[in-house]
Amino acid sequence: MEKVYDTVVLGGGPAGLAAAIEAKKNGAEDVLILERDRELGGILNQCIHNGFGLHTFNEQLTGPEYAERFIDQAKELDIPYELDTMVLDLEDEGDLKRIHAVNEENGYQTFDTKSVVLTMGCRERPAGAIGIPGFRPAGVFTAGTAQRFINMEGYMCGKKAVILGSGDIGLIMARRMTLEGAEVEAVCELMPYSNGLQRNIVQCLDDYDIPLKLSHTITFIHGKDRVEGVTIQEVGPDLKPIPGTEERIDCDVVLLSVGLLPENEISRNAGVEIDARTNGPVVSELRETSIPGVFAAGNVVHVHDLVDFVSEEAALAGKGAGKYIQGTLDQEPDFKTVAGPGLGYVVPQNVSLDNVDDSITFYMRVRNVLEDKVINAYIGDEKVATKRAQKFLPAEMVNFKISKKTLEKYPDGEEIRFVIEDKPVPKKKA
Amino acid sequence: MYDVAIVGAGIAGSYIARTLARYELKIVLIDGESDVGNQISMANSAIVHAGFDAPSYKLKGKFNAPGCIMYGKVCEDLDVPFKRTGSLVVAHTEEEMMKIHELYQNGLRNGVPDMRILFEDEVHEMEPNLAPDICGALYAGDAGIVSPFELVAKVAENAVDNGVELRLDTLVEDIENNDGSFTLKTNKGNIEAKVVVNAAGVYADDVYEMVGEHYFEILPRKGNYFIFDKECGDLVNNVIFPCPTKNGKGILVAPTVHGNLLIGPDASPTWKGDISTTQDKLDWIKENAHKNVPSVESCYRKIIRNYAGTRNTPVKTEWTTTDGDFIIEESPVKNFVNFAGYESPGLTSIPAAGLYVVDEIILPILEREGVEVKPNENFNPKNRKHVYFNELTEEEKRELIKENPKYGRVICRCETITEGEILDTIHRSAGATTVKGVKKRCRAGMGRCQGGFCSPRVTEILSRELDIPMDQVYYDKKGPAFILTGKTKDVPEQGE
Repeated sequence: MEKVYDTVVLGGGPAGLAAAIEAKKNGAEDVLILERDRELGGILNQCIHNGFGLHTFNEQLTGPEYAERFIDQAKELDIPYELDTMVLDLEDEGDLKRIHAVNEENGYQTFDTKSVVLTMGCRERPAGAIGIPGFRPAGVFTAGTAQRFINMEGYMCGKKAVILGSGDIGLIMARRMTLEGAEVEAVCELMPYSNGLQRNIVQCLDDYDIPLKLSHTITFIHGKDRVEGVTIQEVGPDLKPIPGTEERIDCDVVLLSVGLLPENEISRNAGVEIDARTNGPVVSELRETSIPGVFAAGNVVHVHDLVDFVSEEAALAGKGAGKYIQGTLDQEPDFKTVAGPGLGYVVPQNVSLDNVDDSITFYMRVRNVLEDKVINAYIGDEKVATKRAQKFLPAEMVNFKISKKTLEKYPDGEEIRFVIEDKPVPKKKA
Repeated sequence: MYDVAIVGAGIAGSYIARTLARYELKIVLIDGESDVGNQISMANSAIVHAGFDAPSYKLKGKFNAPGCIMYGKVCEDLDVPFKRTGSLVVAHTEEEMMKIHELYQNGLRNGVPDMRILFEDEVHEMEPNLAPDICGALYAGDAGIVSPFELVAKVAENAVDNGVELRLDTLVEDIENNDGSFTLKTNKGNIEAKVVVNAAGVYADDVYEMVGEHYFEILPRKGNYFIFDKECGDLVNNVIFPCPTKNGKGILVAPTVHGNLLIGPDASPTWKGDISTTQDKLDWIKENAHKNVPSVESCYRKIIRNYAGTRNTPVKTEWTTTDGDFIIEESPVKNFVNFAGYESPGLTSIPAAGLYVVDEIILPILEREGVEVKPNENFNPKNRKHVYFNELTEEEKRELIKENPKYGRVICRCETITEGEILDTIHRSAGATTVKGVKKRCRAGMGRCQGGFCSPRVTEILSRELDIPMDQVYYDKKGPAFILTGKTKDVPEQGE
């Protein structure tokens, strides 16, 4: 009989590593990581800037350093992995899942496993997806592709750049290009606010006098063979370009940081239910998907802004896989979660309290910048918890922690609804 | 001295070259671009039309239907993805139904097989996603979809394998007529030929005027398109055309042969070489595409690319309208053949039109000029099969990787394209030498991430296989279409 793994993890990035480690610690003995790149660590390998790990390790690490900590742990636990290996397909055969994968060394392989953790991460939205008109010359890169060329291959991809989108990769690349001697003419952001973390705006743009043009977009790419420039335009409240505000900027490279999309081809083909809001699998508190024994974590579930939260989420999935192997996972949800108006999504979508230790953290994103607002959690008509913040930003994922004890008070509750409400006006002291 | 020099390695020039290669002739195929099929042949609707549109008295009407019929064999021989999906011209009104009947009659005159006029119920049964007000349609079962990139590459490959010399990056700057031969002056030196075939697409009038008096011109007319993610690929089964108007066939909605969905084009006059997309035209296409297929609107989030192509619309000075025809003739300049104004349905017509120009025009000229025309006994119409890894069965995949481990390394994750396939496209005749050349031939970078993941890897493979530095791998046109601008600061130059 063929070997049957306890857990196979699809992807050896930060999510995959944390999930594999945690699965192994929680009772999965035969764990295997399949990674398509030439080394473990995923996208962290090209993130040579620091700022990783503040939450997890309380210190500032570079991407590869952060990855290394997890790779070391995985090695200590003797978790095997295969590199340069592309997973083609995941088949759900009930108690057994079969994974089809290829690599040069071992050819076409199938792996039978009791549980699977999906940690394929996400991909960048390309130019075509946002439909910038104009030519389609060389010199239009997604920020991550440029980052790979520069940080991993050692080649520059332009001398004068305009960056569209103020997502974190775009901001990081603005600084990186500048440090490599390129001029960054502007970062244009369609929205009236940045999609990147505040600290990145300060450290990557402000410190280098790179202008951030909010409510601006690129409306034409010039240059038939290679980028020669862009036309940028201001956009109105409807996000449509305002005639008369055209400005031509000469440049030889355009970098795009216009959003990330969870990469769920394998999940979809396997029949995993996908949430249209996150573009990722619908998951439980321990990140079990709609297919029993198939778990998912990290950017494949929803796009995170800090790797620390990816690791945190992946640890839950690993733990889930371990419990599933042991037969101790409660798969009956007690609650479903609902994202109210103004909230992009809530993860997890299902909660079984039996699998929760002390508390559960709900991840969510607001669609607009919110001031003087709170997010309240309701079960039925009853307000059960409140999340306060000075400001809620679309760029910053909200972590809303609710204790198990609180939720246990509602054995008949079916839904946890998250609703944006006005911040209560503080009572004046008499 | 070449017997025949063909200017322009699009579908027309390449196919003529391949057809001429059936004879023992010295043939050169010249193009200023860095790849074959890089202009009109690259950006179009990718449709093989059944042939009911053009009037039968025109060359368009004469060659379309036979061309369409011949496509099956041509694509089989050349190993090009081609699918006879059928097409529907849909009518919303009585008036449009009248037009449908006219098209049907015209189709009969042109020899179009397998046509039927469908009534309301039949249309909606065949295509459940059509607009409810569609009351009938002309169905043509022979119509199909093809991969135009692969087609031109495979035609050129077969031409080269059968003895044609291909010279890319070779721009014809002037032509001297030596009465009995021509000297083509190019950026890469002179080329002498007895007969010149002008298949220069939008530049055909300019090329002709290097030797002759102005008697036609080419009006470039641009069309914008959108390509959708494969998730939307099964929205329609047939190619869906609106009822044609004077301005053309209208906004079509079509599956592509690789499973994507395509909508477009508009038609607006432009300048030669303009293949930029325009916002207002893109918007207009979106506003119109849903008239026939309302649910296409829900797919707009799944657009992965927009592009524009040019039609090379001919206008002869003697014509009174722009509603022209192919110009396929020995020009007023002796031994100089124009194959010009070869717009839609040019892609479809080429098997028939290419055969015609060779047998009826070029060979008689060569014979007249005393060139002995002998059949090429070694002519092989078939190409070596291309392996589409993703389409193989598990067993076939296993065997293939055992034979060649490079098929076990997936380079393009969206389309599941392996290194083995990329190496094959590079090392074939008329093979890929650029990132776009790879993309056109084996689809690495055609998927939903549009090369974000695979382009650094493809660049690396090209650098290795062609033995050139990374920063001399080009995206497209060699020289101006560079990808990388040099090494980063901390990477020492080699030898330091």
